[in-house]
Amino acid sequence: MTNLLVWPVLVPLLGGLATLLAPRLANPLGLACSLATLGAAAALVVVFADQGPMILALGGWAPGLGIALRADGLSVALLAMSSLVGLAAGVYATGYFADPDVRGRFWSLWLLLSAALHALLLSGDLFNLYVTLELLALVAVALTALGGGRAALEAALRYLTIGLLGSLVFLLGVTLLYAGYGTLDLVGLAGALRPEPVAWVALSLLTVGLLIKSALFPLHFWLPPAHANAPAPVSAVLSALVVKAAFYMVLRLWFDVFDPALTQAAANLLGVLGGAAVLWGSWRALRAERLKLLAAYSTVAQLGYLFMFLPLLLALPPGPSRDVAFGALVLLALSHGFAKSALFLGAGVIQQRAGHDRIADLGGTARALPVTTFVLALAGVALIGLPPSGTFLAKWQLLASAIETGQWLWLPIVGIGTLLAGAYCFRVLGHAFGPSDRVGAALAVGGEEIPALLLAITATVVLGLGAAGLWEFLALGTAFDGGSR
Amino acid sequence: MSLSNTLPALILVSSLLPGLAIFLLREDSHVLRTSLNMFGAIAKVILVGVMVWGVFHAQSFETRWTLAPGLDLVLSADALSVLFVALSTGLWLLTTVYAIGYLEGTPHRSRFFGFFSLCVTATVGLAMAGNLFTFVVFYELLTLATYPLVAHKGTPAAVRGARIYLAYTLSGGLLLLIGAVWLRTIAGPVDFVEGGALSDLSGLDPTALRWIFALLIIGLGVKAALVPLHGWLPQAMVAPAPVSSLLHAVAVVKAGAFGIVRVVYDVYGVELAGTLQLLPVLGAVAAITIIYGSIKALSQDHLKKRLAYSTVSQVSYIALGTAILGPLATIGGVVHLVHQGIMKITLFFAAGNYAENLGIHKVSEMDGVGRRMPGTTLAFTIAALGMIGIPPVAGFVSKWYLGLGAVEAGVAHWVLPVLIASSLLNAAYFLPILYRAWFKVAPTAWPAEQVRGGRLEMPGALLWPPVVTAALALAIGLFAGAPYSPLEWTQLIAAREYGL
Repeated sequence: MTNLLVWPVLVPLLGGLATLLAPRLANPLGLACSLATLGAAAALVVVFADQGPMILALGGWAPGLGIALRADGLSVALLAMSSLVGLAAGVYATGYFADPDVRGRFWSLWLLLSAALHALLLSGDLFNLYVTLELLALVAVALTALGGGRAALEAALRYLTIGLLGSLVFLLGVTLLYAGYGTLDLVGLAGALRPEPVAWVALSLLTVGLLIKSALFPLHFWLPPAHANAPAPVSAVLSALVVKAAFYMVLRLWFDVFDPALTQAAANLLGVLGGAAVLWGSWRALRAERLKLLAAYSTVAQLGYLFMFLPLLLALPPGPSRDVAFGALVLLALSHGFAKSALFLGAGVIQQRAGHDRIADLGGTARALPVTTFVLALAGVALIGLPPSGTFLAKWQLLASAIETGQWLWLPIVGIGTLLAGAYCFRVLGHAFGPSDRVGAALAVGGEEIPALLLAITATVVLGLGAAGLWEFLALGTAFDGGSR
Repeated sequence: MSLSNTLPALILVSSLLPGLAIFLLREDSHVLRTSLNMFGAIAKVILVGVMVWGVFHAQSFETRWTLAPGLDLVLSADALSVLFVALSTGLWLLTTVYAIGYLEGTPHRSRFFGFFSLCVTATVGLAMAGNLFTFVVFYELLTLATYPLVAHKGTPAAVRGARIYLAYTLSGGLLLLIGAVWLRTIAGPVDFVEGGALSDLSGLDPTALRWIFALLIIGLGVKAALVPLHGWLPQAMVAPAPVSSLLHAVAVVKAGAFGIVRVVYDVYGVELAGTLQLLPVLGAVAAITIIYGSIKALSQDHLKKRLAYSTVSQVSYIALGTAILGPLATIGGVVHLVHQGIMKITLFFAAGNYAENLGIHKVSEMDGVGRRMPGTTLAFTIAALGMIGIPPVAGFVSKWYLGLGAVEAGVAHWVLPVLIASSLLNAAYFLPILYRAWFKVAPTAWPAEQVRGGRLEMPGALLWPPVVTAALALAIGLFAGAPYSPLEWTQLIAAREYGL
C-alpha cells in the first residue's frame, strides 16, 4: 500500500496541468482536485494509523540512488492539515476572483504549490527537499503577485529576492554535506554524521537558509508585506502552510539527521530569536492599521513560539517528556495553520464586503457580518492560546517544559506574548462591536463565510478537544531512523 | 454509560446546546428562543437536583476526557461543587426569566442569550472541575463568554468597560495558568481532594509552593475583586442589568472566590496552608478589601456603582472565612458564597427595575420610590438588611459564623473589629437608601417613567425574580438549621475538609 504516498503529490500536479489547459473549467476542476487530494491525504492518515511509517522507493531504485518518499506522523499530520486548509481556501477562492483569467491562474498555481508542498513533506533526501523548497518559493512568489497592483508586485519581488538568497545558502550547505559524506539520503546522512566541523558548518548554512524562508526574526521583514498584499485565499495558504514548510525542514534536519552534532547553545540562540519574534511580531500586530497586516505580523509572532520549542526539546531527555513536548509543538503548528487561514479568509470577506480592511473603521461588523465576526473571535482565541483551542494545550506544555528544564526565560516571554495577542485580537473585536454604519446594512449569511468558519472551529474546538489522538499518532514511529526522537 | 459518569457532562450540555442553538436563531423567533432558554434552565435544575440527592447519599459522579498526555478534563461532584452548581443553576433560572422580560424589544437577543448560556456553562463547569487544569480551562472560558455580554450594548462606554474587564481578567488568567502549570510540573496532576491534594506529598520545595500559592491567589483575586485587583468591577457596570446580576452574584466574582476556596482547602489543604504561613496574608488582603469596598461604596451616588463596591467588600467575606483556620470560619465563608449571591442578585434585579421603569439610576433620585414600586422596594429592603447582617436575613448567619470562627481560631482581636466596622459601613450606605425610598416624598415626575397598563408595578417577568430571591434570602436565614439548607450543607463540607 506504500504507493499511497504518490497520490497527494500526483493529484494536485495533474490538476494544476489540467486547469492550465482548460482555464474556463478552473473552478470545477480545481475543486475536484482539492477534494481528491484531501481523499488521498485521508487515505494516508488511515493507513498510517494502521501500519505506521511508510517508505516508497520510486522506480525501485534504492534510497541513495533513486528518489525515496517517506512518511511519518509529523509529515502525515502536516499533509492532512495542508489538504484541509487547501480545500477551504479553494472553496473560498471560487467566489473571490471576479476575473476568470486570474481565477484560472490562481488554480493552476495553487495546485502546483500544493504538489510541491506535499512532495516536500514526503521527501526523504536533501536534494529533493531543496528542489521542492525552491519550487514552493517560486510558485508562492507568483501567487503573491497574482492580485497585481504596485504594492503586491513590490512585495513579490522582495519575496523572490530573499527567497533566492535563502535557497542559495541552503544549497551551499547541501553541497558541503555531499562533499563530506557522499550521500544526501536523510537516513544515510544520519548514520554517517559525526560531530565535526563539516557537519557544524553545513548545519549552520542549512539552518540559516531555512530561517530566512521561515521568516524568523530578524529575517522576517519580507513576510508582512507579502502576506498582507496577496489576495486573501493566497495569504491564507502562505501564512498557514508555506512558512511551516521551512520550519518542518528545520525540525526534520535537527532532530532526525543532525541530532549528534547539535549543541544546546545553538538551540538557545534560535529560541531567543523565537522569543524576540513573539514580542516584536505581537507588538507590530498591535500597532497594525489593517486587518491583513495584523494577521501577517501575528504569523511572525506565532512562528516565534515554534522556534522557542527547540531549546526545550533539546534540553529534555529523549523519551516520554520529549515526545510530549514534540507533540505540543506539532499541535501548535496545526492550530496556528487552521486559525491563521481562518483569519485571512475572514479578513477577505470583510475586505470584499466593506471595501477595506482598516481596523479602526470596522464598526458595525458584528451587526452586519455576525458569522465573520465570530470567525475572528474564534481564530483570536486560538492565536491568544485560550481554551478550548489546541494552542492552549500546546502553550501549557511549552510552559511545563520550560519549568521542567529550568529555562525560566520563556515564561515571561510567553506571558507577555499572550497578553499582546489578547490585546491585538480584542482590539479588532472591540472595533467590530462598536457602533457605526460604515460596513453597511445587515447582511444575510453568505456562503463565502462558511470555509473560514469551519477552519476556525477546527483550530479552536476540534484540535483542542481531540488533541490526545495527535500524540498517539506521532508515537507510531518514524521513517527517518537514525535520530533520537 | 451510567448516570455516574455522564451526569456532570449532561449538566454542562443542558446549557451548552441550547446556547449554541440560540446563536443560530433568527432575531424574531421569540417563542423558540424563550422555549430553548427555559427548557435548558429547567432541565439543568432537574439534573442538578439528581446530583444533589446523589452526593448527599455519598454517590460519586465523574466525567473524564483526556485532552493531552497527563492532562485530563475532569468534571466531578463533591459537596463543595454541588453547593456552587446548585446556586448557579437556581439563580440562572431566575435570571433567565428576568432577562427575557428585561430585553424585550431590544436588538441582538439571539447573540445575548447565546453567550448568556455559554457563561452559565462555564460557571457550572468551573464548579464541577475535578482538578486544577479543568478549573483553569473553565475560568478562561468564563472570561471569553462574559466579554460579549459586557460589551453587549455596543456603546463606546460598553466597549471600553469590556476592554478593561478583559485586560484584568486575561492577566489574572495568565498568572493562574502559570501557577497551575508550575504546580502540575512539581506535584503531578492536582486533583481536588477534600483535605488537600498536596497534603499527601512530601518533599516539595516550600519556597516554590509559596510562589505558586501567590500566583494562584493573585490570578483568582482578579475575578474575586480583591483590592487592588478590583478595578474592573465598577467599570463592568455598563453591562445590561441581568448581566450585572449574574456577574455579581454567581458568575465572575464568585468564580474567583470559589477558586480561592478550592485552592486553600482542596489543593493545599488547611494543614499545609497553615504550616506554610500563607493564610495571614490572604486574611489581611481580605480585611483591607472589606473595609475599602465599603468606604468606596459610601460615596457613590450611582446605584449600580454603590452595589458594585458593596460586592467588592462582601465577596471578600468568603476569602476572609477561608483565611481563618478552623471549621466555623470555613462555614461562615463558604455559606456566604450562597448568601451573598442570593442577596446581591436581588439588589441588582431591583436596581434594574428602577432604571427600566422610572429611569432611576442614582441614589439621589430614589425619594419615595417605595410607594411607587412597593414589591421591588420590599425585595431591595430585605436584601439590603441582609447585607448589613440584620437577623433573620441570611447575611446574619454568615457574619455570625465568621465571628465565631475568629474567636475559635484566636484571631478575634482583629477579625471582630473588621466585621463590626464593615457592618456599620454597610448600614451607612444602605440605610439612607431605604430611608429615601420609604420615607421621603416622591418627586412630581420621575426621570423617565414608562407608561404601562396592568395591575402590577412591573411586568411579572421583572417583578417576580427579585421577590422570589428576597423571600429565599429570608427563608435560608430563618430556617438555616433545616435539612438541605445552605448552612447545613456547608457544615457537611467543613466536616469533610477538616476530617471531622
